[in-house]
Amino acid sequence: MIALLRRDLALALRAGGGFGLGLAFFLIVVLLVPFGVGPDRTILQPIAPGILWVAALLAALLSLDRIFALDHEDGSLTLLATAPVPMEGVAVMKALAHWITTGLPLTLVAPLLGFFLNMAPAAYPWLLLSLALGTPALSMIGTFGAALTVGLRRGGLLLSLLVLPLYIPTLLFGAEAVRRGAEATGAQAPLMLLAAVTLGTFAALPFATATVLRINLR
Amino acid sequence: MSIWEYSNPKKFMDWTAPVVPWTFGLAALACGAGLVWGFFLTPEADKFGSTVKIIYLHVPAALMAINAWFMMLVASLIWVIRRHHVSALAARAAAPVGMVMTVIALVTGAIWGMPTWGTYWVWDPRLTSFMILFLFYLGYIALWEAIEDPDTAADLTSVLCVVGSVFAILSRYAVRFWNQGLHQGTSVPVATGGRTVSDVYFVPLVLCMVGFGLLFLALVLLRTRTEIRARRIRALTARAHRA
Amino acid sequence: MLRATDLACARGGVPVLEGVSFSLAPGEALILRGPNGVGKTTLLRTLAGLQPPIAGSVDFAEGTGAYASHADGIKAALTVTENLAFWARIHDRPVPEAVFGAFDLSDLRDRLAGTLSAGQKRRLGLARLEVIGRAVLFLDEPTVSLDAFSVKMFARWMREVHLGQGGCAVIATHIDLGLDAPDLNLSPFVAAPDAGGGADEAFL
Repeated sequence: MIALLRRDLALALRAGGGFGLGLAFFLIVVLLVPFGVGPDRTILQPIAPGILWVAALLAALLSLDRIFALDHEDGSLTLLATAPVPMEGVAVMKALAHWITTGLPLTLVAPLLGFFLNMAPAAYPWLLLSLALGTPALSMIGTFGAALTVGLRRGGLLLSLLVLPLYIPTLLFGAEAVRRGAEATGAQAPLMLLAAVTLGTFAALPFATATVLRINLR
Repeated sequence: MSIWEYSNPKKFMDWTAPVVPWTFGLAALACGAGLVWGFFLTPEADKFGSTVKIIYLHVPAALMAINAWFMMLVASLIWVIRRHHVSALAARAAAPVGMVMTVIALVTGAIWGMPTWGTYWVWDPRLTSFMILFLFYLGYIALWEAIEDPDTAADLTSVLCVVGSVFAILSRYAVRFWNQGLHQGTSVPVATGGRTVSDVYFVPLVLCMVGFGLLFLALVLLRTRTEIRARRIRALTARAHRA
Repeated sequence: MLRATDLACARGGVPVLEGVSFSLAPGEALILRGPNGVGKTTLLRTLAGLQPPIAGSVDFAEGTGAYASHADGIKAALTVTENLAFWARIHDRPVPEAVFGAFDLSDLRDRLAGTLSAGQKRRLGLARLEVIGRAVLFLDEPTVSLDAFSVKMFARWMREVHLGQGGCAVIATHIDLGLDAPDLNLSPFVAAPDAGGGADEAFL
């Protein structure tokens, strides 16, 4: 199964793999916000954590339909189904590969972009921590959504419609942790809940994803 | 003789044919009586004035919005476990009804919110939860519509319904954590046996809730019958093409 | 080694084949014949366990079967060696050196699969079968876009390596592979229009 992770990472990093597109999208969305709400730092500072989280979420969403679509087209998914690897394992590896190519770079770049939104200095460590804890959940939930829509020709838009409501708890706890961190009003609770959401999704959703994949390969 | 026999599509069509008009009739009776009683024969509340009477639409709709999703969850599980086609089609039939109930609850809530809180919308946990529920209905219906093969669609939407239920409950508590809110407590707390509405309002409210429940049942039965007919047409057409 | 008993299968919920029975001993192959749309692919997918049969059973030792079609999981952005190495690792096996010779891939080892011709790509897909080392193969049109020379090469591999080492194979094809294998014409097994077991059965 590690072989699958390594192959997916290699494919993402080579020409045409689309690595970096999500990151560029994240950058542009965040930089567009001041044009929309105005350059006033008293407006930008309090909304910075929320903007960064929403933008990270959208950037992660952007690359979800690639998780299974290419493997479905070239038959890899069918071949994996008869290979001696559990589909649940395939689901986890796909989610991990997605996180390493989108969630992780987003997390690392986010503090830099916080700078452009005049984010409160106290919020930086919490932003980094909450994104590091929360983006894996975004990848896992997204993998489930991608598995649901893998056989559909125009699955992309439907995928967003299905996945975005499932993202609500993650977004809410993540942004809340940064906000409370900035105000020093106890960010531990939302962070722990965020970690619980991430662990819970990784415990349960691989099974749902594998079930859905088997149905779609029938 | 098992209860599951009634889930055979043909049997289901047979026994529901006479039940549907009766259910509609009883629903009209209960809703009509409850609404007339509630709107015209109850006193106006001290603080709220006549605006309180929207409760007779708001509370039953909110109740059915949640119960419809719960019914879809049960029907989905029956499909997954026992593979009864009618169960899957009933879940499909209930979704738009549940979504409309959610919209009614949201709209009547907004109309009630203006005179009471001075605003149509606040990001209160209850309101937000209903907005999220609406999004879940939307996704569920969209997935049904997107998949051509009916059994695959039934399987996938069932999984989505189960996963969605967990996330809907999670969202509800997450939202409560996020904002404490303005909305009053539940009007009819079943668990404690008490009630926060006084007796004059309570009886017509219960009538309306029963009426909405019957209306939901009647609509779902009717829509399930339509789904079964549509599926039958599909099956007959496919057979005609093969012959 | 492989036994199908009174098998019936459906495509998109519609029964297409019924009453298919056969058995293969080690070293034997079976060629599926029949016009387009008769259900060769459906039967192969059902045999491989990718979709459940609507009646009957398929028996072979678990973890020995593999399905392959013209969509053979080859990634354009990986080299020939990398593609084979990936499937070898997934199946927890080494890449045998002989495979490059057997499928005439020796000169192409470090080429990206995306730059190969259709026939070369097909040879890579067939080489994958050797690499994964499964004994029971279900092959759907394995020789599409192969030239006569490559077809002979594949037939020789099938005869001498795969079947010779005690494997077996069910192959759907329209051409003569030159294998000493019986044909199974599927036309007599086409499901009757009123055949039961389809997804719509309860609604008729």
